[in-house]
Amino acid sequence: MKIAIPVDNKSKDTDVCVSFGRAPFFLIYDSESEEGQFLPNDAAKMTGGAGVKAAQIVVDSGAKILLTPRCGKNAADVISAADISIYKTIHKTAMENITAFLADELDTLDEIHAGFHGA
Amino acid sequence: MNIAILSGKGGTGKTLLAVNLAAVANGASYIDCDVEEPNGHLFFKPDSLEVDTVTVKIPQVNDDLCDGCLKCVEFCRFNALAYSNKLMIFDDICHSCGGCVLLCPQKALTEKDKAIGEIRTGKSKDVDVVTGIMNSGVASGVPIIDELQKHIREKSKDGKHVFIDCPPGSSCVVMDSIKNADYCILVAEPSIFGVHNLEMVHELVELFEKDYGVVLNKVQTGENPSEDYCLANDINILGSIPFDPELGLLNSNGKIAARENTEYNKFFSALLDAVLKEARVETTINP
Ligand code: SF4
Ligand code: SF4
Repeated sequence: MKIAIPVDNKSKDTDVCVSFGRAPFFLIYDSESEEGQFLPNDAAKMTGGAGVKAAQIVVDSGAKILLTPRCGKNAADVISAADISIYKTIHKTAMENITAFLADELDTLDEIHAGFHGA
Repeated sequence: MNIAILSGKGGTGKTLLAVNLAAVANGASYIDCDVEEPNGHLFFKPDSLEVDTVTVKIPQVNDDLCDGCLKCVEFCRFNALAYSNKLMIFDDICHSCGGCVLLCPQKALTEKDKAIGEIRTGKSKDVDVVTGIMNSGVASGVPIIDELQKHIREKSKDGKHVFIDCPPGSSCVVMDSIKNADYCILVAEPSIFGVHNLEMVHELVELFEKDYGVVLNKVQTGENPSEDYCLANDINILGSIPFDPELGLLNSNGKIAARENTEYNKFFSALLDAVLKEARVETTINP
């Protein structure tokens, strides 16, 4: 199962990025092979629609789970349409959150903010 | 003569000036292009309102025809489209460029109308009041301002003066608003922030090669960084509106000072004369 997380940089111990749409990279972690891959987020620097574009990248990655501190409404619509479940991160680093998710410690993200242009 | 009134941010007295100049100009038009927050009508309280809806074209998809090729998603530079099991269209982000509709190989996309705001025209004594209003959550006010440009061209045909109350800032909606302006008035407050805001609009009018002058607002004795900026940059100061609690009170009560108070009527008439004199000189030197 593939897990997507917005992250600050391309290192193994990277932190989760506070923004979904504006995260510079997405870490796509495969829980079976225990391997990760970093996808650049072209949307990070765009003025409008960053959330939608970022969501498209996550959908195209084939991930089934998204771990993120927050998510705009438009992006959440795109994510949910692909049957990807969204969970809220509670730890600082990406790996801590993945471990927590696999141990069933994360809750689903309920507050979806309307956000300016859903970014 | 089409005169645009601009400022770098809201609340600097842009509307105060535009409304009062229009009120003393004998049968002028006042066009409110500040479509996100049009305030001029609160002063003019125009009657016999006519309301026209402004619409734009946005795409709609026929899911049976769409084969998910993603061409439209990759094309849309506003990211208004996504493909997630089916094509999703985000109306509020779409800028109505029409590109995706032309491009779709399956002809799965067609256009439909979406209302984004309205234009209200009315009369307040001898002033024609035209107000553009944008619905909330709309991507861009530009189509409404384009519609307002038609009114500006129409109203200025018989040689009457048109006062254009522009949106604050220097973004594309402001550029669009001054398109048909013969002369621009920049309104500036006497503070360091005031100078920063003045710089923004100054750059804009320079870029568009418009003739312009500055009106200083809320002027008190003492330092006025905006005045210093004008002097240093050789910018014509058309006049100064004093800091006056009475003017502030009339204004916050939605009253037009030039209609309520003879002193202010004289003041704004004199300011208008100064503006028109300057604008005529400028436009004859640089036609
Ligand atoms: S270009 Fe046409 S067929 Fe391709 S994804 Fe877009 S709507 Fe569907
Ligand atoms: S009309 Fe233009 S802006 Fe709107 S969805 Fe299509 S390509 Fe994007």
